[in-house]
Amino acid sequence: MRRAARQFAFYALLVGVWALIARLHIWPPYIVPPPIDVYNALKDGFEDRSLLIAIGVSSRHMLLGYGISVILGMFLGICLAANQYLEQTVGGLLVSLQSMPSICWLPLAVLWFGLSENAILFVIIMGSTLSVTISMETGRKQMPKIYSMAGRNLGARKWKLFYHVLLPASMPYIITGLKQGWAFAWRSLFAGEMLSLSLGLGQRLNAGRDNNDMPQVIAVMILIVAIGYIVDGWLFRSVERRLQHKWGLLPST
Amino acid sequence: MSATPHVTEDVLGLQQDHAGGGARATQAKPKLCLQDLSLHYKAVAGERLLALDKINLQVSAGEFLCIVGPSGCGKSTLLYLIAGLHEPSSGKVLMDGKVVERTGTDRIMIFQEHGLFPWLTVEENVEFGMKMKGIKKAQRREQTHEYLKMVHLQKFQKSYIHQLSGGMRQRVAIARALATEPDVLLMDEPFAALDAQTRDLLHDELERIWAKTGRTIVFVTHNVREAVRLGDRVAVFTFRPGRVKREYKINLPRPRHLEDTAVAGTARDILNDLREEIDKSLQAEYEGGKQR
Repeated sequence: MRRAARQFAFYALLVGVWALIARLHIWPPYIVPPPIDVYNALKDGFEDRSLLIAIGVSSRHMLLGYGISVILGMFLGICLAANQYLEQTVGGLLVSLQSMPSICWLPLAVLWFGLSENAILFVIIMGSTLSVTISMETGRKQMPKIYSMAGRNLGARKWKLFYHVLLPASMPYIITGLKQGWAFAWRSLFAGEMLSLSLGLGQRLNAGRDNNDMPQVIAVMILIVAIGYIVDGWLFRSVERRLQHKWGLLPST
Repeated sequence: MSATPHVTEDVLGLQQDHAGGGARATQAKPKLCLQDLSLHYKAVAGERLLALDKINLQVSAGEFLCIVGPSGCGKSTLLYLIAGLHEPSSGKVLMDGKVVERTGTDRIMIFQEHGLFPWLTVEENVEFGMKMKGIKKAQRREQTHEYLKMVHLQKFQKSYIHQLSGGMRQRVAIARALATEPDVLLMDEPFAALDAQTRDLLHDELERIWAKTGRTIVFVTHNVREAVRLGDRVAVFTFRPGRVKREYKINLPRPRHLEDTAVAGTARDILNDLREEIDKSLQAEYEGGKQR
């Protein structure tokens, strides 16, 4: 409760300082708009449903792109962990590709898919698959051998061993991978959306720029941060907490 | 019985046919039979290291066999071979006359680091083997409770592993092993990491469970007194390559205690025999030749 009060006070102060700076008119309102304008932009956006539509479109991109990334990433990770030759060849390539910022995939995606939804999905998938893959592979490799031995010893073989032992035993790594994958996907999403004509949040952001509409730009940015925080801070963290509680790992706050 | 010149059999202690405890077997056919069992390791430098050299051992049904030896003698490896978790380089393991080719729930390991699954509750851990066998949930639950009761942990069925003490974890591991109803329990220094009081307690519990269930137990330890405390027979292993140096029949009456003078005396005799091997292992360690 105390923590919530502190946080509330902090944000109130932040908005207060912002309002004060805007009031001083050091910069014109189209550079630093007052908070009330941003609030109105948000309100209008929800009232005429344009922001709701944007959230819906962006969510669909995320669900599709991230979903494909997770499935593809896990599959790749399992293959890499299972096969030494693949790991030495493909594994190295994936690590080097991982260092590529996802926005750099954009020109290629546009040439391949045009300014379409597919280009956005492609950028998301390229941005987030690899971190899922790498965590999955690490998990399978770092998992203490005793779990698979105990599992085999107790009669688990092949698919059953994988499903009942190997998969849950590498769950801490998998969750890290999913979380990282989500973060990368979320960043890639806007790289993709800013460019195309997709009505997503990224496009709203860009439209704000085109119209020289600073309140809208800030309103969309706040939305992006808020949604990112809700998914990352609530969804993933609560899954992580549950796992840490079961395993007796120290909660990393 | 075997081609190895080192194997002799000494008989120590009191002559007593029924030394308490489970269904002691005097059948002709052994439960477990190890024939010329050898294992090579690939060492880091590329040369092959002989870990076990032509082991010949027999274990009767219901017998409690303890294996002692210095660290690095391959005694744990032997259990992995019996469990079917490793493959021997040559020789074979026979269980009820049939060659062991892979893992099976008739032979269950209990590891020193217990190997319990941290993502499952105590109850789910104990159930695990039965679940793999495809036993129905209601029956699983019933049997799980029975075995948890046997190790006095029924109150902790919903706990997670990290919430238990070291001794409790080993008791869960024992319950989990028993729940698959194995013929043979393979115990790899299960109590080595526990404090003395907990270990005493678990010795008593294990002896009681063994008497009640009549399982065959192969128990590996580096603690000679523990071996004498528990075993019907103690096999002493040589340092690398591991061979059976000597076997001792322990005919002391049960229940025994670690501090019994007879236990201590017998342990001392065996330890003298083992000393030479321990010295060898220490020497190898000092010379930096301790490869694994």
